[in-house]
Amino acid sequence: MSTTHTIVVNRQSHQVTVDHYETPLLYVLRDDLRLKGTRFGCGNGSCGSCTVLVDGHAQRSCELPMWSVEGKSITTVEGLGTLDRLHPLQRAFIDFQAGQCGYCLSGIIMTAAELIGSGGEPSREKIVAALDANLCRCGAHTRIVKAIEAAWKASATGVVR
Amino acid sequence: MNPAKLPWSVEENPRLSQWVDFSEPGIARVFSAKVELGQGIVTAIAQIAAAELRLPMSKVVVVSGDTRSCPNESYTAGSMSIEVGGTSMRMACAEARRAIVERAAIMLNADQSSIAAEGGLILLDGAPSKLDYWNVAREIDWQLPISGRAPFAALANSTSLGKSIARLDLPAKVTGASFIHDFELPGMLHGRVLRPPSYGARLESLDTSAVKNLPGVVKIWRSGDFVGVCCDHEYQAVKALEGIGAGARWSESEVSADSRGWRELLPTLRSIDSETEAGERPTTLKNLRQLSATYSRPPIAHASMAPSCAVAVYDQQGLTVWTHSQGVFPLRGALANALGIDESHVAVIHKQGAGVYGHNAADDVALDAALLARQVPSRPVRIQWTREDELAWSPLGSPMVIKIEGTISPTGDIVDWSSQIWSGPHGQRPRPHGPVNLLAAAHLDPPIPFPEAYEVMSRFAGGARNSEPAYDLPHRKIVLHSLPGLPFRTSALRTLGGYANVFATESFMDELADAAGVDPVEFRLRYLSDPRARRVIETAVKLAGWPLNGERGKGRAAGIGFARYKNSAAYVAVIVNVEVDRDVRVSKVFAAVDAGLVINPDGVVNQIEGGIVQSVSWTLKEQVLFDGRRVTTRTWDQYPILRFDEVPELAVELIERPDSRPLGVGEAAQGPAAAAVANAVARALDVRVRDLPITRERIVAAGTAQ
Ligand code: FES
Ligand code: FES
Repeated sequence: MSTTHTIVVNRQSHQVTVDHYETPLLYVLRDDLRLKGTRFGCGNGSCGSCTVLVDGHAQRSCELPMWSVEGKSITTVEGLGTLDRLHPLQRAFIDFQAGQCGYCLSGIIMTAAELIGSGGEPSREKIVAALDANLCRCGAHTRIVKAIEAAWKASATGVVR
Repeated sequence: MNPAKLPWSVEENPRLSQWVDFSEPGIARVFSAKVELGQGIVTAIAQIAAAELRLPMSKVVVVSGDTRSCPNESYTAGSMSIEVGGTSMRMACAEARRAIVERAAIMLNADQSSIAAEGGLILLDGAPSKLDYWNVAREIDWQLPISGRAPFAALANSTSLGKSIARLDLPAKVTGASFIHDFELPGMLHGRVLRPPSYGARLESLDTSAVKNLPGVVKIWRSGDFVGVCCDHEYQAVKALEGIGAGARWSESEVSADSRGWRELLPTLRSIDSETEAGERPTTLKNLRQLSATYSRPPIAHASMAPSCAVAVYDQQGLTVWTHSQGVFPLRGALANALGIDESHVAVIHKQGAGVYGHNAADDVALDAALLARQVPSRPVRIQWTREDELAWSPLGSPMVIKIEGTISPTGDIVDWSSQIWSGPHGQRPRPHGPVNLLAAAHLDPPIPFPEAYEVMSRFAGGARNSEPAYDLPHRKIVLHSLPGLPFRTSALRTLGGYANVFATESFMDELADAAGVDPVEFRLRYLSDPRARRVIETAVKLAGWPLNGERGKGRAAGIGFARYKNSAAYVAVIVNVEVDRDVRVSKVFAAVDAGLVINPDGVVNQIEGGIVQSVSWTLKEQVLFDGRRVTTRTWDQYPILRFDEVPELAVELIERPDSRPLGVGEAAQGPAAAAVANAVARALDVRVRDLPITRERIVAAGTAQ
C-alpha cells in the first residue's frame, strides 16, 4: 500500500509517495529526489556508504524506512557543499587527495560532518572511532583521517577556506 | 628518451587519428581505452597529453573506454596502463605536435627551426603568428602512422609531467553523482537478477504470480536457471526480487564434498603441469643443508565497495552498454557472442565504478543488463547486483599452495632453489572471441558453460607470477600445477599469483636467513646484484630505522619483504612493525619504491599506500569460505576487511628515476607487504605462520605444530 511522507532534504521540503511503506530513505533520495551522491554499498547497515545526516546525526539511509524519517531534516553530500562552494571537508579531501575510487567518500564525509559539527577538540582517535562503521576497500584510510583532521582543525579555529 | 620499440597499443592502433583530435577549436581531444578504476589513470593520461602537446591541462579532454571512438587497447590491467597506454599516448601526442610544427612551417613558408608550438599557438621566431594548433590541424592528414620517433618533451620543462597534479575526477566524487550507479537515462528501468543458491543448482519451478501484481513490475524474464526482473523504480525491483526468490524452487547438489584445508586439498586435485628451470646446481659442495616449507593462501574476494552495475539499451542501432568493465573491447566481443549478434551492432562505453581490483562482476552484470534490455526494446535497463551476490558470485582470487625447497651451504650460501605451485587459473576474463565466460551465459537455456581453463608456465601464467625469486641463484626450478577443476570460478585479482608467490618466497628467504644465522637484510643483499633492487631495500631500511634482528618472541618485531612486480615492473621493499597481543596489529609500514619515470608522484604514493593497506587486510583477515556447495561469506560481517582502527601508519619514499621508462605500481606493494607482515609475526612470536590469513587461530595452530 502506498504511503506519502514529508521530509526536508538539504533545507527543501519534499512530499514523496512510496509503494512500500518500509522503502528505505536511500532509494527515495536517489530515485525520487535524484540525489545520487548517497550510495548503496550493502543495504544492511554494515558499510557506511549511504550515510546521511538526519537532524544532524549521521545515519545509514539504507536502514531508515520512510515512516521513521517523517518530518525530519536530512542533509546529503549535495547539501553539504557544491563544486563551486565546497564544504571544508570536501575541500580537505581534495587537498589531501584522500580517496582512490571515491565510492566510500560521501558516506565518510557525512559521518565526519557530524563529528566536526559537534565541536570539541579535534583528535585522530575521535575520527577513527567515528569512522568505525565506514569501510573503504581502496585503502585510502590514512589520507581520509588526515583530511578530516585538517578540516576539523580549520573549522575549530575558524579558519575555514 | 623514446623507447626503441613501439608499444603494443601503437602497433595495434597505428594512426594518429585514433589517438588525437583537434576538430573542436581550443580543445585537444585524446582517446584512450585505459579506464579510470580509482587509480588516477585518466589524470595521468591528461598530464602526458598536455606535456607532449604543450597545452595547459584545461585544454585537454580525455575520452576513455568507448568502443565507438577509442583505440582498441584491450584491458586496463596488470599495471600496464602507464607503461603501455601512457607511453603510447606520449608517442601519439609527440607525433601530433611534430606534425603541427611541420605543417605550420609550410603554411608560414618558414624554416621548421624557427617555428614553435606552445600553449595552442604557433610561434614564429618566438612571436605569435596568425596560426594556432587548430587551423594548422585542418591541413594535416591525421591518417599518418605514428613513427615513435618524434622526440618526447623533457621532464624538466613540463608543467604537468612528473607533477603531483590533483585527480580530475575527485571533486565530483565528494560532491554528488559520478559513478555508473548514478547514471540515468530517460525511461530507464531498474532491474535485479536472481542467482542460484549454490553452484550447480537447477531451477525446478518458478511461481511469479504474487510478484506480477506488485507495483511497478514491468517485466519478469526466465531462461533456464536465469531469472531477471525490471521495474519502474529501484526499490520496486528489490521487493520483486525478494518475491521471485520466494517463489523459486531449486534442486541443489554437492560440487565438492572435501572439507580439507587448501593446503591439503589443492595438491590432490587433477592438475596440468609445466615447469621452468635455469642455471646449474653446483656439484662440488659438501655438507649441504636442505630446507623445505609449504605456504598457502585462501580464495580472496575482490569485495568492491559497490556491487557491480551496468546499463543497457536495445534499439534500432543495436545494443549499447554502459559498464565499469576493465575492457570495453573484449566485453563487446563477449556480449556479441553470448547474445548471438554481430559485434558491429554493439557499443560498449565505460563509466566509472568503485574500485574493482581485478576481474570482478563488472562484465557479468553487463550481460545481465543486455539480456533484460533485449526483453524491453528501446527502454534502458539498469541492473545492480546485491552485496551478497557481489561477494559470492564474482570470480574469486584463486587459492594457492606453494612448496619451496632450498639448499644452503655450510657458509650460508643458497645453492639450489625449487618450488611447486598449485593454483587455479587467474585469467578468466571475457575474451572478444572464443568461449564466453560470463556468469549469466552459464545459466541460460541453452547454457553456454564456462570453458575449462588452466595455465601453462610462461610469463603470462598468473599462478607463476613472481614465483622466480628476484635473487641471483645458481640454480632454480619452478613447477606450476595448474588446477582446472576448482569448484568455483577464479580469475584475476590484483597481482594474480604474485601476492602469494612473493609471500612464500620472501617468507622462505627469511627462513633460509635464520637457518644460516644471517640478518635477513644482509642475506637478501648477498643475492642482489641489480643496483635498483639493492637501493629500494637500503632505502626502506633507512626509512624504518628499526633493527631487524631484535630479540625474538617478545610480541613486537619488524619484518621485511621485497619484490620487483612481475620481475619487470616497479621495485618495492616494505618493512613493517607488528605488535601481537591476542591479534596481530600492524602498527607502521615503511615502503621504498622505484617506479622509473613517474608521471604523477602523489598518484604513485597513493597507489602504493592503497596496495599496502589492501594487502594487510588480505593477509590478516580475508578468506572466502566455501561449504562444498556455495560461498558462505556473503556479507561484510562474514567477510570482514581492514577497518579504520586497524590501519597502520604509512611512510612511502619514491626513488626518482626520470631517465628510465615508467614501471607499473598498482600491484607492486601487495606481495612485499604480505611477506613483511609474515616475517615480522614470525619474529615477534618465534612462530612461523605459513597459511594465510594470519589470524589468531592460525597462530595457535602454527604454534602447536612447531
Ligand atoms: S549501504 Fe547502507 S550501510 Fe551499506
Ligand atoms: S576510495 Fe575506493 S572504497 Fe574508499
